[in-house]
Amino acid sequence: MNLLTISWKSVKQRRLASILTALSVGLGVMLMVIVLVIAGAVDNAFNQRSIAYDLIIGAKGSDLQLVMSSVYRIQPPIANLPYMYLEQLREDSRVELAIPLAFGDFTRPEHGAFPIVGTTNEYFLNDYTPGQKFQAENQPGTRQLSELYDAVIGSQVARTNGWKVGDQFSIVHGRADSGDYHDEMFTVVSVLRQTGTPNDRSVFLNLEAVYTLEGHQKPIEEVEERLRDFYGNDPDRLNRALQQLEELRVRRAKGEEIGDPTMGYGIDTPEAMKEITAVYVKVAGASSFKAHSLYSELKSTSRAMAVNPIIPIQRLMTNFVGNIQKALMVLTGMIIVVSGISIFVSIYNSMSDRRREIGIMRALGARRGSVFAIVLAESSVLCVGGGSLGWLTGHLLAVLCAPEVSARTGLLLNGWAFNPWEFVLFPVLLILGALVGFLPAMTAYRTDVADALQS
Amino acid sequence: MSLILENVHKSYREPNGHLLPVLAIEHYELAQGEQAALIGSSGGGKTTLLNVISGILAADSGRIVVDGKDIAQLPEVVRDRFRAARIGFVFQTFNLLPAFTALENVLLGMSFSGRGVNRPFAESLLDRVGLAKRMHHVPQRMSVGEQQRVSVARSLANKPALLLADEPTANVDPGNQELILNLIRDTCRENNVTLLMVTHAVEVADTFERVDRLTDFNKPVVAEQEASA
Repeated sequence: MNLLTISWKSVKQRRLASILTALSVGLGVMLMVIVLVIAGAVDNAFNQRSIAYDLIIGAKGSDLQLVMSSVYRIQPPIANLPYMYLEQLREDSRVELAIPLAFGDFTRPEHGAFPIVGTTNEYFLNDYTPGQKFQAENQPGTRQLSELYDAVIGSQVARTNGWKVGDQFSIVHGRADSGDYHDEMFTVVSVLRQTGTPNDRSVFLNLEAVYTLEGHQKPIEEVEERLRDFYGNDPDRLNRALQQLEELRVRRAKGEEIGDPTMGYGIDTPEAMKEITAVYVKVAGASSFKAHSLYSELKSTSRAMAVNPIIPIQRLMTNFVGNIQKALMVLTGMIIVVSGISIFVSIYNSMSDRRREIGIMRALGARRGSVFAIVLAESSVLCVGGGSLGWLTGHLLAVLCAPEVSARTGLLLNGWAFNPWEFVLFPVLLILGALVGFLPAMTAYRTDVADALQS
Repeated sequence: MSLILENVHKSYREPNGHLLPVLAIEHYELAQGEQAALIGSSGGGKTTLLNVISGILAADSGRIVVDGKDIAQLPEVVRDRFRAARIGFVFQTFNLLPAFTALENVLLGMSFSGRGVNRPFAESLLDRVGLAKRMHHVPQRMSVGEQQRVSVARSLANKPALLLADEPTANVDPGNQELILNLIRDTCRENNVTLLMVTHAVEVADTFERVDRLTDFNKPVVAEQEASA
């Protein structure tokens, strides 16, 4: 019979008090585990794994807003870029891939007000995070964006609305609550499997379809002014753009229809009239030098800006999310410390009742160090036992809640993901157990055997 | 000799600061395997004497030789280990740990001796005291007589050289008194264990071949008078 067994007996003897004190530690640890799991999921959602592109290019403005609007789709876009700029990027030898995005509309409020993203099929052929490819649900009729009003929807959009391939829906122009509904009906041609990224709550349309929607066109004069501003230092491109606008004016003067007369601008709308909101860029050879070169070049001009999507998010995480996480960690840490104090109070209060038992053990030959160790082991057993229970419960709870959390927030909780902090947890609990057990253990150590036996 | 006391003195300090002499023993000894009953009145120093012999209390002075070792000279840690290994104790109030079963109480006695736990021997001891079928019961579910028998088994768990019994039948009903006494004496005899049992009951002491009166060899009052003189 070793000291730990003797301690365990003592814990069992005071079953109710032991369970309550261990539960209080367990509760603290459980909360800490949940905070860590959620923090890990948020971190995953917001760190570099959220996007498999080197740069995001958009109109000049806040880099954070560009990332929040184009990657996370939780802020309105800054402004638009000429579509011709996409062609220019694609011609750049430093650019391996440039994928256009046009956004700003939403699904109807009753359909969840999910953001609409106009893009091309290239978007789905590339990784959404490094090493992770999009996968479509295996539904009959699934295909790529091929018809003008085809739509690919994220998993959360599908789940919220119960949409499947073949279902149709319409969208809202501008803000979801604007009440300005587009007439066009879009048909779901593919439902993406869950990615744990903002793609889950996005609706992807054919980019060309975006240009056909009412309200997405601007007067030729306004477009010309923007092009002159944008290409002020590039007369060749400016002239080519102006030539396209002039041709459009001429055709309109003649009364010619452009594209499908029932839907405003059609797919033969001149490129000079089109705009995009952002461009995802992969640089050739994943060269950070090329990425930086492109970034610096754009920084020195007034036309557009390039953003490394990681940097603003890391800044946000450090300055805001990280601080919240730290505050929650401190709070749960305090809960654990308070639980430790309750263990101290519980054991210390029991010492007068246990004085005789300690005296008996000492009379049987237990050394002072042995009774000291027995009491210390008892507080450690309560701390580590309660902590283990809380740790397991925390992870189990995370696993059980993951589907619901994912359905409600799109956040992918990995209940069994271990945060490095968890490896520190158990040594900390042991130390806490030793600290709170020290004073009661000293009381046991100093027990006068003869007095204790007569008590 | 199994037990030798020479010039052993022990006093307690009273709340008013004065010393209250309790033990002043010039010489006392027991041979190996000898069994003696020690009679003394309540408050006469019987329990103090047993505590001093076992090393639970440190004597103020003198030699206390148990099984050839002067325990007064041993450091506390060594004395504790020696007590666990060589001295058995049967208490008036049994002093069983309530959370432990009868068997575990006996095993507990073994676990501090440094010689490890011998479960079959512990079971055989409980069998010897007639508790083979009750060894997994906690004290609360045992009768007073059974609890004292567990205490006897525990006292012999480490095969001691000396067994100290402090009024072991004082809290036991008359029916169990004889049983307990015989059990203690028989098991000590079988294992050649020296037995010193203190009691205030003359009828109990009379069942022993050797009966000593504490007042015959313990003269604390004289020591106090000498000290004040």
